[in-house]
Amino acid sequence: MSGYLISLVPLLGINVILAMGLNVIAGFCGQISLGQAAFYGIGAYAAALLALAGWPLWIVLPVVTAVTGACGVAIGAVSLRVRDDFLAVTTIAVNFLFLGIVRKSAIMGGEVGLAGIPASGLGQYGFVALVAGLVIATVTLCLYIKSSWLGFAFVSIAEDEHAARAIAIPVPAFKLAAFFIGSAMSGLAGVLYCYYARFITPDAFNFLVSVSILAMVVIGGIGSVWGVFAGAILLTLFPEIIRFAGEYRQLIYGAMLVLVMRFSPGGLAGIISAGALKGRFGRHRRVTA
Amino acid sequence: MYYIDLGMQGLVYGSMYALMALGLTLIYGLMRVLHIAHAAVFTLGAYIGVVATNVTGSLWIGFPAAIIVSALTGVLVYKLIYAPLLSRPPLVPLVASVGLLILFEDVFRIAFGNLGLSFESNPYLYMTVTIGSLSIGVLQLAMLASAAIILTGFGLFVSLSRTGIAWRATLANPQMATTFGVNIPQVHCINFAIGSALAGVAGVLIALLNNYVEPDMGMVVSYKALAIIVLGGLGSMQGALIGGLLLGVAESFGTVFLTDIFDRDAIAAVCLIAALMLRPEGLLKQRAT
Repeated sequence: MSGYLISLVPLLGINVILAMGLNVIAGFCGQISLGQAAFYGIGAYAAALLALAGWPLWIVLPVVTAVTGACGVAIGAVSLRVRDDFLAVTTIAVNFLFLGIVRKSAIMGGEVGLAGIPASGLGQYGFVALVAGLVIATVTLCLYIKSSWLGFAFVSIAEDEHAARAIAIPVPAFKLAAFFIGSAMSGLAGVLYCYYARFITPDAFNFLVSVSILAMVVIGGIGSVWGVFAGAILLTLFPEIIRFAGEYRQLIYGAMLVLVMRFSPGGLAGIISAGALKGRFGRHRRVTA
Repeated sequence: MYYIDLGMQGLVYGSMYALMALGLTLIYGLMRVLHIAHAAVFTLGAYIGVVATNVTGSLWIGFPAAIIVSALTGVLVYKLIYAPLLSRPPLVPLVASVGLLILFEDVFRIAFGNLGLSFESNPYLYMTVTIGSLSIGVLQLAMLASAAIILTGFGLFVSLSRTGIAWRATLANPQMATTFGVNIPQVHCINFAIGSALAGVAGVLIALLNNYVEPDMGMVVSYKALAIIVLGGLGSMQGALIGGLLLGVAESFGTVFLTDIFDRDAIAAVCLIAALMLRPEGLLKQRAT
């Protein structure tokens, strides 16, 4: 495999894990988060600071994942007070707040960012294997959650919170659980990014990153694990495929978001399941937001 | 004296935010769409204002041209993108809107260059008026005055004209409004035209004030305008007005006193989160205005 392709694999893995994390919060549990880049950034910065302090990868990985999950619970506590569009805007605000603090913080390198992060110590192939293993673990966990009782509780909250409460589902606890799992995954992606890039700046975690994570989930088909997986792969490779387009890349990316939403609001999973279910179940399978 | 200047500066920016937020809150109130691409219309207005003024040599042609183009763009966006998506879950128009903002940003970059533009001659830039012991720029004064005139006129329009009454009827109960002969798609169209025209006005005023426009000037404004409409209570016009002015003042004081902790863009986030913790339904309770 050429060096270019092998350097692309960790990036694919990182984006898949990010998209999976948002899918747990927004897809399964119905809580729209437009600030995933903040958790991604918290993970990356925490990992960078610990790595610079001399901690090895095997300790940084679980510690940072857990800490980011805990941060997610704190933000999730906000989601208990606001919902729907209020929540979407509040999470955008969380993203800008994170950037604002990082940019002014001397410990976190301010605008310049943190450089000189030590290597993972696994070698290039070892690191790729680690990322691949974690992607498999994340996807398996998502598939398991979706078929478990926890997943059913999430879906019931996404469909109708009051009805969920009426059948004795403790809504706040489950929302916080969704935020913990989703944010921990974003934090994990952040750790991997930190060891992958070995140089992090605030701009790697800005609002556009949150948007592209959301785009992966929505274009893939929100709530569907394999749809989101495909969406993350597609949107990560897309800028590479259209590299020939040069300065028109962003234009094409934006146009694609608009067109997919305009003509296939259910995303990729929507197209496929509409084809598979055509004539058998009709259209009662609605994709929930 | 210094504090009065700061407060004045805050009110000037606050009135720009109020103009932006007013259009946004109207669109949200009627259609439940978080119209992030509103900021693209704002940037478009600014660019058209600068380009048309430079070509014709007169601001009196550039300003109306910017307003007309903004209004038409708003209507087109509604007709082509939002109208077919209104029955979908709210995430769908939201992602389409973000795609539109990204797309527009690149269109400006490609059409007008990376570096941004300035007015060739901006005679008002350094003119000041002295009121008592207070000296204030002509443009700042024009900004405050035009915002006050437009917002008052708009308030009268909504409360007195037939179109305004149809708006309020649609806001209160769309189905009932239809039975009374209100043409809802037409109401939406006019709403988009006026909201977008307001964004265009805000764009030209900011272009005059900074004597500079750049492709990504809308990104941060879009988030702040969203924060304001949530702060004010989604769909509330008075809330958007008060929220805009408050944020402007909070930012101008915040940049002086809080500069070591976070940057200017994070202040809106802090205000928003604090306000939501105290009053989850926004500063003013949502009601049909």
